[in-house]
Amino acid sequence: MKTISSSPHVHAKLTTPKAMLYVIFALLPSALWGVYLFGFSALLVLVISIASAVGVEYLLNRFSKEETIFDYSALLTGLLIGMNMPPKVPLFIPILASAFAIFVVKWTFGGLGANWMNPALGGRVFVFFSFTTLMSSFAVPRTLAANTVSSATILSSLKTAVSSGATGSSLSLLEEATLPLTDFALSLGSTLHINPYAVDAFFGNIAGCIGEVSAFLLILGGIFLIWKKVITWHIPVIYIGSFALLNWIFGGIPNGLGIFSVEILLPVFSGGLILGSFFMATDWVTTPTTIKGQVVFALGCGFFTFLIRNFGSLPEGTSLAIILMNIVTPTIERYMKPKKFGYVKPVKGANK
Amino acid sequence: MKACKNCICEQEYMLKEHRMGLVSTFKKGGVHPDDKKSLAKASVIERIPLPEELIVSMAQHLGVPATCLKKKGDVVVAGEKIGTASGFISAEVHSPVDGVVKEIRKVRLANGALADAVVIIPDSEQKTTFTTKYDYSSLTSEELLASIKDLGIVGMGGATFPTHVKLQIPVGKSVDAFVVNGVECEPYLTADYRVMMEKGKEVLEGIMIISKIINPKRMIIGIELNKKDAIEHLEALIKEKNYPIEVMGLKMKYPQGDEKQLLKATINKEIPSGKLPLDIGAVVCNLGTVNAIYEAISYHKPLIERVITISGEGIKNPKNVIALVGTKTSALLSFAGGYNVEEPEKLISGGPMMGFAFADEETPVLKGTSGILALLPPQEIKTLACVSCGNCVRHCPMGLSPNKMYRNIKNGLYQEAMDLGLLDCKECGCCAFSCPSGIPLVQSFRMGKKLGRRKK
Repeated sequence: MKTISSSPHVHAKLTTPKAMLYVIFALLPSALWGVYLFGFSALLVLVISIASAVGVEYLLNRFSKEETIFDYSALLTGLLIGMNMPPKVPLFIPILASAFAIFVVKWTFGGLGANWMNPALGGRVFVFFSFTTLMSSFAVPRTLAANTVSSATILSSLKTAVSSGATGSSLSLLEEATLPLTDFALSLGSTLHINPYAVDAFFGNIAGCIGEVSAFLLILGGIFLIWKKVITWHIPVIYIGSFALLNWIFGGIPNGLGIFSVEILLPVFSGGLILGSFFMATDWVTTPTTIKGQVVFALGCGFFTFLIRNFGSLPEGTSLAIILMNIVTPTIERYMKPKKFGYVKPVKGANK
Repeated sequence: MKACKNCICEQEYMLKEHRMGLVSTFKKGGVHPDDKKSLAKASVIERIPLPEELIVSMAQHLGVPATCLKKKGDVVVAGEKIGTASGFISAEVHSPVDGVVKEIRKVRLANGALADAVVIIPDSEQKTTFTTKYDYSSLTSEELLASIKDLGIVGMGGATFPTHVKLQIPVGKSVDAFVVNGVECEPYLTADYRVMMEKGKEVLEGIMIISKIINPKRMIIGIELNKKDAIEHLEALIKEKNYPIEVMGLKMKYPQGDEKQLLKATINKEIPSGKLPLDIGAVVCNLGTVNAIYEAISYHKPLIERVITISGEGIKNPKNVIALVGTKTSALLSFAGGYNVEEPEKLISGGPMMGFAFADEETPVLKGTSGILALLPPQEIKTLACVSCGNCVRHCPMGLSPNKMYRNIKNGLYQEAMDLGLLDCKECGCCAFSCPSGIPLVQSFRMGKKLGRRKK
């Protein structure tokens, strides 16, 4: 039997499940690096979050009589939640976060494509504010274990120093807080005349969530996604760029240094900015569809991340900034429409 | 790798002109389907042997079907009118052969419509040929236009708009640019390419005939860069004859063969929504049509045959052929060696992006049939929920929001969908092509347009 169907009869190679698998693939290097750094407990956290996300999706499938496991979106949500967890977190937290992400954030709004907030971020923020202490105690990475026992992150020690009234460059503040460094970072930092902490943050020798430590591996994954046409370069580049610019201009104010006084590399590579900008702010469902809208979205993300990190009480603002911009995405969509072909002047009020 | 911005490209374009940005294309949207032209590109046009039976539909063209002039048992000669135009937008239909009318019956066309058709049994000996060349240099533009109408010329790119209507320039309007469409942006199709390579001189002369009718300031042939040899070939011929015609190489992008996108790419003007090319001082003609006009004017040969590409992965020997209007698909298929599989997944009339899938191999060739494709099963794409990835929005050449129109149509809000520009949609298929969730967007728009118009 020949098939009769509407045109077009050919299709591009990219499909939604394939795109999900590409994202998972792009995240894997960073996740595995986290497992190497933090050991078995990190692997356990990842496995538990993925298993609970997929498990909840399966249970909901049983009720709704749908089959959505194999669009791999739940798998991806689980992986992202795991990567956003501190390595030694009690295991009930990732389970709770995954369940919240899949059930409340995704399914109560209608499943894949209907959620207004990135499920992984929703899950993370939910458990972060419910169990702030547990979510803020990080483990020492393997590569630094010889030097120290302190397990503060770069951003949290900066925030502690600044809120206690200390002033000075982030390098001096971090040295005062005796945050550890690898020998490699010290030597590379002195040859290139850059902050050695930025070197460690770039390559991933810092304390932090399992999947966010290595900016380098995350950027590689992001480039893979851009190459595979899953995402466009606009959101990550403009997000990071606007954040870096704002931080460069105004980032010194809380430290008592005035404007144009802060280096760019350290804030960009520390915390969850790289993970957020390449993998969460580019989530298809919760970001604008037009390039114009994506630019506005990314600028907003950059602005709010800057604001929360430098002038808020929390050390890290990536996830909150992205959620905030997720909320305004429908509004952006309303105003950032594509320009229609053959319409020179928009006819105002003609249709209504 | 240099690909178009934000497109799900499947091909790499390494042509120097592409990289340097020296060639133009339309800016908004568009996709790059795998062009698959290599299947039939090299095959020289062959003539299909006289079929046993021809089914000549009266609905060959856009607009009102022609009125049938024959009845069962009538003797017809090739080029004799068997259907006459009924209405302003309509066209004449001629008998392709000397023969006898077997019957008048309904026939199902590739697009699913039912139409009256004259079934003709050709004589074993064909006496009428169109080989006498006539001198047309003394004809006025009205006389030329009258013969184009009389000989049933319609646009052969697929839309089959009656050409005499298009070339009739109303008083007070003038033509700045006459653009000949040699883009052939649909994958697989190579018929226009072969015409350019083998009948270049005729095409150029046809352009000069049309220029006599519409008197344009500029004449442009737009050709995509995947047909570089055709560009060079035509440029050499133009130089030889010293014609005032420009050949414009265009960056490959679907749907450049649409007149809106073609005019944007060549003369950088946008046709306002709901208007015609003439409103911006342009006339667009398909390359095959130009060739048909040349044959009509200098040989008095009506539009009774056309070049067709028979291609697709399911065809044994992909070919370009000349087939008489009314030839059954089965005759074309067997001339190309038949299928190389038991049965192909789809049989398509036209190109894979906008063509119609049909099942009946008795379906006849029309004036607008540019290709017959047999496709094998594609990669399986399950229809999932819309994930707002924005591919449809970014690839729509008309700047519409297919995701929102789809949502409205699905919920029965046809007026809202039309407010979003549903009627500007030309069903080029870029949205459905690029949708990773495999949503049948074009299908829903077709339905939405029908139901929306009905409700109004």
